[in-house]
Amino acid sequence: MATETEHKNPAVDGSELIRFDRVTKRFGDNTVLDDLDFSVSSGKHVTLIGPSGSGKTTILRLLMTLIKPDQGKIQVDGECLTHENRGGKLVEASEKHTREVRKKIGMVFQQFNLFPNMRVLRNITEAPVHVLGLSKDEAEERARELLDLVGLGNKCDAYPTQLSGGQQQRVAIARALAMRPQVMLLDEVTSALDPELVAGVLDVLRDIAHTTDITMLCVTHEMNFARDISDEVLMFDSGRVIEAGPPEKIFTEPEHERTREFLSAVL
Amino acid sequence: MNWDWDVAKDFLPELGDGLLITLEATALGSVLSFALGLVWALAFRSPTRFVRWPVAAVVEFIRNTPLLVQLFFFYYVLPTWDIKFSALTTGVIALGLHYSTYTAEVYRAGIDGVPKGQWEACTALSLSRGRTWIAVILPQAIRRVVPALGNYVIAMLKDSPMLALIGVVDMLQKARAHGATSFEYIEPYTMVGIAFILIAYPASLLMRALERRLGH
Repeated sequence: MATETEHKNPAVDGSELIRFDRVTKRFGDNTVLDDLDFSVSSGKHVTLIGPSGSGKTTILRLLMTLIKPDQGKIQVDGECLTHENRGGKLVEASEKHTREVRKKIGMVFQQFNLFPNMRVLRNITEAPVHVLGLSKDEAEERARELLDLVGLGNKCDAYPTQLSGGQQQRVAIARALAMRPQVMLLDEVTSALDPELVAGVLDVLRDIAHTTDITMLCVTHEMNFARDISDEVLMFDSGRVIEAGPPEKIFTEPEHERTREFLSAVL
Repeated sequence: MNWDWDVAKDFLPELGDGLLITLEATALGSVLSFALGLVWALAFRSPTRFVRWPVAAVVEFIRNTPLLVQLFFFYYVLPTWDIKFSALTTGVIALGLHYSTYTAEVYRAGIDGVPKGQWEACTALSLSRGRTWIAVILPQAIRRVVPALGNYVIAMLKDSPMLALIGVVDMLQKARAHGATSFEYIEPYTMVGIAFILIAYPASLLMRALERRLGH
């Protein structure tokens, strides 16, 4: 892939926010993503569905730079996440370059991953203060607004372990939003929750999806939620997108046999 | 053999002086071992092997040679290179350095015990490496290992009489000196033993309580 020296893809029309260009990812002998091309337009809410092991989560983890692709390029907002242009040559991205590009991306994890040593408010202000350079007061004001948004305005001084799983996940959503990302990655955010807590988290996300223009890329097993918030649904199987379309189409009249099988198993 | 309370009373002030030295050596040795151990533990995780390997070699070397040898080395060899410290300072350095090789392992276990998701959250928030360590990883790692570190403080307390061999006048040395002039041995040595128990046992109870409170 190294023959191409163009850093920014000239085909980016300004609305394409995420682009996977022939991305391959293997874990040992297991090829999780196989020569994958796909893109997400700015402001769209895209849901990835498919059987477990089909590579959905791997896409999010690649975007968040938690893992590196074996081949291919990943672009975010016209900037390459995996490579950078240095002296006219395309080389592997430095830590600094990667950090700059990934500031545009926020992620909410299945296991919340709040910092247990910090109170809720500081969980949210830590990165805005130390990464974005906001003043403490400004960051705290924003954090309080975000906590109100997720319905936890009264939990500023609690420690994460004092909260229920659903509350922790809503704090995690507020923490990701505090960085004002252009893209939110949601990695099975309700899978670790007790069933009665799922609705609260999904309501918050639905609210965010309908009231902001943030781009969302979700991996979820909540098909009703996917149907409700998605502009586009991508069906994955064996590291490839086998079918893509608006939720009405994918959920009601899927074309692909694998999609039909999958949906009849989960719905 | 009779216990003579008058002898015990006579020795008490000396025991007090010695106790202060024992506590001072233990406290300073602990601080040094906590600080150096953390340096080693961070060096173990350095991305460059030119840092990792030499540090690992030095730490293994120190851990696998007796404290007494190190004590004599610092006390008798360093001055020949014009590095001169008081006996107590030498003792504190030897004690702190020796135990830092143990605390390093403790820190390492604590750092390894921080869930992977914490590192991933730091990446997702674009926190710098320094901030990741200072704000997220170390506070969680150290909290886990406080009881284990405390146990090494108690071990250091019990090793501190070795410092008497390079002339630090701690409790044990006070008892020896007392016996050498008065031929009274029972009371001083017994009192030194009791003094150690009176410090070490409550300290170990405290560590157990801490372990429960910081519980996992």
